[in-house]
Parts: sequence; C-alpha cells; structure tokens
Amino acid sequence: MTASTEMLAPPTAPGPIAWLRKNLFGDMFNALLTILSLTVILFGSLAILKWVFIGADWRPVTGAPLLYLIGQYPRDQIWRLALSLLLLTFLIGLSWGVWEKFVKAFAIFLGLLLGVLAIIPLETPTVTLGVRAVFLANPLLIYLGYRIGRLQLVKSQHVVTLWLLVTAVIVLALLPGFDSNPLLPRVPTTAWGGLLVTLLLAVGGIVLSFPIGVLLALGRRSSLPVVKVFSILFIEVVRGVPLITILFMFSIILALFLPAESRIDRVIRALIGIVVFSAAYTAENVRGGLQAIPQGQVEAAKAVGLNNFQITALIVLPQAIRMVIPSIVGQFISLFKDTTLVVIVGINDLLGIGKAVLNSDPQFVSLQAEVYVFIAAIFWIFSYYMSYASRLLEKALGVGER
Amino acid sequence: MSEAIIICKDVHKWYGNFQALRGVSMEVDKGEVIVIFGPSGSGKSTFIRTLNRLEEHQRGTIFVDGIELTHDVRNIEKVRMETGMVFQQFNLFPHLTVIQNITLAPIWVRKWPKDKAEEVAMQLLERVGIPEQAQKYPGQLSGGQQQRVAIARALAMQPKIMLFDEPTSALDPEMIKEVLDVMVGLAKSGMTMLVVTHEMGFARAVANRMYFFDEGMIVESGTPDDIFNKPREERTKLFLSQILSQ
Repeated sequence: MTASTEMLAPPTAPGPIAWLRKNLFGDMFNALLTILSLTVILFGSLAILKWVFIGADWRPVTGAPLLYLIGQYPRDQIWRLALSLLLLTFLIGLSWGVWEKFVKAFAIFLGLLLGVLAIIPLETPTVTLGVRAVFLANPLLIYLGYRIGRLQLVKSQHVVTLWLLVTAVIVLALLPGFDSNPLLPRVPTTAWGGLLVTLLLAVGGIVLSFPIGVLLALGRRSSLPVVKVFSILFIEVVRGVPLITILFMFSIILALFLPAESRIDRVIRALIGIVVFSAAYTAENVRGGLQAIPQGQVEAAKAVGLNNFQITALIVLPQAIRMVIPSIVGQFISLFKDTTLVVIVGINDLLGIGKAVLNSDPQFVSLQAEVYVFIAAIFWIFSYYMSYASRLLEKALGVGER
Repeated sequence: MSEAIIICKDVHKWYGNFQALRGVSMEVDKGEVIVIFGPSGSGKSTFIRTLNRLEEHQRGTIFVDGIELTHDVRNIEKVRMETGMVFQQFNLFPHLTVIQNITLAPIWVRKWPKDKAEEVAMQLLERVGIPEQAQKYPGQLSGGQQQRVAIARALAMQPKIMLFDEPTSALDPEMIKEVLDVMVGLAKSGMTMLVVTHEMGFARAVANRMYFFDEGMIVESGTPDDIFNKPREERTKLFLSQILSQ
C-alpha cells in the first residue's frame, strides 16, 4: 500500500427500501405521520377522480368547446384561425429542430394535447370533422417542422425572421382582416374571445413589455436627468396603482378624450395597459440585476476600448438579465394570470367566456365548479410550462454557477 | 534616441476632499518596464488608472502616445485602444468563454472579422500557455489561469502600452510564478509596461526604473540597482525592509 492510495467515497445510494426506512419510517412518530398522510392523499385523490369522472357535469365545457378557444369568432371564418394555428405549430416544430431542448418539451406536449383534442369523443355539432382534422394535423406539422429544422441549412436567424414575419401576418392581417375585403373580411375584436384573447394579451404583454422594461431600467440609471426623471416617474406612478385602474384608464378614460374615428381597438387598449404595467415591474427586476454587476466588469470593458453602448449591450445586460430570470419569469406568470382582469373592461377572455357560458343557461347555475376547474387547469398548464422553461433556461445559462 | 510614450506633468486627483494624487510627474519611454510600489493608499493604483482614464485627474496633464487625456471622448477611446490593462481581480467576463473574452474587443472595437480575431486569440493563448482552455468559462479556471487569460485579452487589442494593477495580489503563492513568467516574457519582447506590484524579484529581473509612491507623491525613483542597494529616502528604506523581510 502506498500513501497515494485513494479512499473510496462512502456509498450514497443504499436502495429504495433503505431510503423508505430512513425518510418515511424513521421512528414511531414518523411512521404514524407517513401512514396518516398516505391515507389523506389516497382518499383525497379518490374523491377528486370520482368527481371528475362520475360526479361532475361537464356539459358547460363540452357543449361549446370552441367558445372557450376562440370566443365568438365567426364560424364561417374559422379557417383563418385554423391556418394561424397550423402555421404556429409548424414554427414550433421548426424551432424544436433548431434549438432542441428549450422547445422540445413544449413541442411534444402541445402535439400530444392537440392530438388528444382531435380524437376526444364529443357529441357537439360545432366540432366538425374539419375541426378535428385541423387538430390532428398539428402533431404532424410539428414533426415535419422538427425534421426540417434539423437540416443543416436551416439557421436560427431564419427561424427568428420567420417567427416575426408569421406573427405579424397573423396578428395584423389574418385574424383581424380588412374592411371591405371579400377574402378576409374584418372581424371586429368584439367577436374575439376565449383562450385566443388570453394568449394574445399574455404573449403580446410579455414580448412588448420586456424590452420597454429593460430600457426603463437603464433609463433609471442614466446620467441624463430628463431620461432618469422620466423613468423614475413612469416606474413609480405605474407601480403605485393597481392594474385594474390602468386598464380602466386605457379602456374608458382614454377613449373619452380621443375622437370616435381615431379610437384604438379595445383589445389593443387593454394590451397597452398590460404592457405599461408589466414594463414597470420588469424595469425594477432588471435594475436589481444591473446593481449586482461588479464595477470591475465595466472597468475591464472600458479598458479594452468598448464604448458605453457596447458595454451595456455586451457585458452588463447579459449578466444582469441572466441573474433575474427567476424573478422575471415569476412576474410573467402573474402577468399571464392577471390578463383575466380584462373581463371588467368587457373583453371576453377565457374567464369571461366561462362566466358567459354559466349565465347562458339556467341549468348551468349549479355547475360553476366544473367551469372554473376547467379554466384553472388551462391556466395551470401554461403557467407550469413557463416555470419549467425558466428552470431549463437557468440551467442552460448556468445561473449561480458561473 | 528614446522617445517618451507617456508624459505626466503635475497630476492631481481628489476623491471628495481626500487628495489621492499630489502632483505626480513621470515620463516613460517606449519599451521601458516601470515598476511602481508603495504602501496601500499611496495612490499608485489611482495613478495607473488615470493613464487610461478609469480615473479622471483634476489638475495637470497626461499625454499617452501623443494624445492628451481630456474630457474629449474620442481621445479617451483612442488612448484605450493603445493601452491594455490587467486588474488585481482579473475582471474576466463570466458569461463569455475564454476565447470570447479575448475576441470581444477586437471584433467590436477593431472591427476584425471573427476568424482573424480567433486566430490571433489562439496565438495569444499559446503565448500565455493555456490554449487548451479556450472553450471554457472563466469560472472553470484557476486564478493563475484567469489572470493569464486577462493578459491575453489585453494583448488582443495590440496595445502599445500594458498597465498592470497589482496583477498577482489576489493569487495563491504557487500561481504567482506562472503569471510573472508571462509578464517577464512580455517585458523581454519589448512591450512598454507599467506594473504596480510588490513582487521585488520581478522588479529586479526586468524593471528599467522603479518608482516608490507614498501619500500620493513619488518619494523616490531610480534603477532597481539604485533602489535596492542605495536608497536615499528613509521611507523607502523602511518600506523595502518591511516587504523584503517577509
């Protein structure tokens, strides 16, 4: 034996039985607690399953599933939504092929979900074979996009350009349409509703408020007094009032002051309110990250000759934003849930549709639980995906490691 | 004929009411290696940082390679392209790989194509002895390796002058040598260097002149032979005896 003989690390994985004994049945009290909890969990889940499959009456949901998805969007124009959905799922597949892990879970989940929706048995005349075919096409398109995205000649900048192009076409032309255009007649946003509006407000709010929030955070630290005072005022005023107030202001008060013909669309007004609100919070989150960057980073960047803009864009912001990913994602999740407040300015988002359905039929009076559980489940799926994606992102960017 | 590449005349600097520099004058010729030493708070770091305008002097004049350092941003940008700096705490960019740290400024400031910048970066990594670390992140390297990357990053801009602000003070003893070896090689290649350090072995080996700072002033200057063997000032003797007895 030499002095350099290495000692083996003590074993750490003693197997499931030992783990159970150690963690769940360590002593009498522990064992009692374990048995008690298991009983509660067992009976609880049994009761829930029983309610979902036997007790609950899902007619308010299954009777008009399209209503929850798209609101009152004219059914003869539904091909426009179908086309949008197909384009988006193809792009998601393409992104999965190019960016792999960030999109993978979402792409697979979305494909499965839409596939299941396509074949779920429902006795509803609105869910035609055509609608089912569209849903069924989505998983195929995702897979097709994935295969194409794997090809070497598809670069990530192409995919980014495609995303911008396709979303612009969908949001600006395909969905709203044009006045007196026979192919794409105007569909006023009063007819939009359900998940369509919820996602539009949430995604639009996140995508638009993030850059504005970053600019405000930088503005707050600016040495130019005008920029600095404006940023501080904006942030502090917006953070000082509830979202409902801002929505009211943009939806009602603003409309009173503008002449009728120049009135901005009400969904867009609500979106502006959400963006303004979220930007102020993003700004404060990002500012926290900015303050955590050591002065030495800026000095080193100056010393190699970078100018102020380059220092901010290449050195400070990437580090600051990486540091605040968890809090920003948390904020975006609450923004997503806060979009339900647009009900009070008369927009039928997912929650609004739920209420409308409940009010539409006296038989549904006692079925509130079913509707709200259904809506909560949809919100939970999206929120959970956001926090899952944020964990992936943190891991990939090595938050807390480098 | 030697030509002065740095000319400082009567440089003063205050932090609030505290005077950090009290009339520092210095001329450095092309290719000279200058070692600056002195007790902490003596203004030696502040002085070296005024040379690339990380600190602003309030009185006196500083010329670097014929460019005067004033509030003119264009002059500051020019001077920063001519000078490279190495910091006590390395200050590598933690979100970028080693090679990205080195190529960042050549690509964005010198506008080199990426291929050329990477080729030069790999040569520099060879020179500092760690080409195999190119794709790692700074957090995965030892202190000595990080400081050698920092030297390579500064050299990538092909500066005429290299400023070192206590480059080995944050290193473990066994890593000091690997960094000093790189600096000695650089000095022998003819680079103009200003080095704030207490590594007297380094000073003895390559310094052309040494400056002893105390209380914001130059107390004494001379060749290493003058300073080590026949120092004139009491304060210099006392300080040298303290750091050499360690």
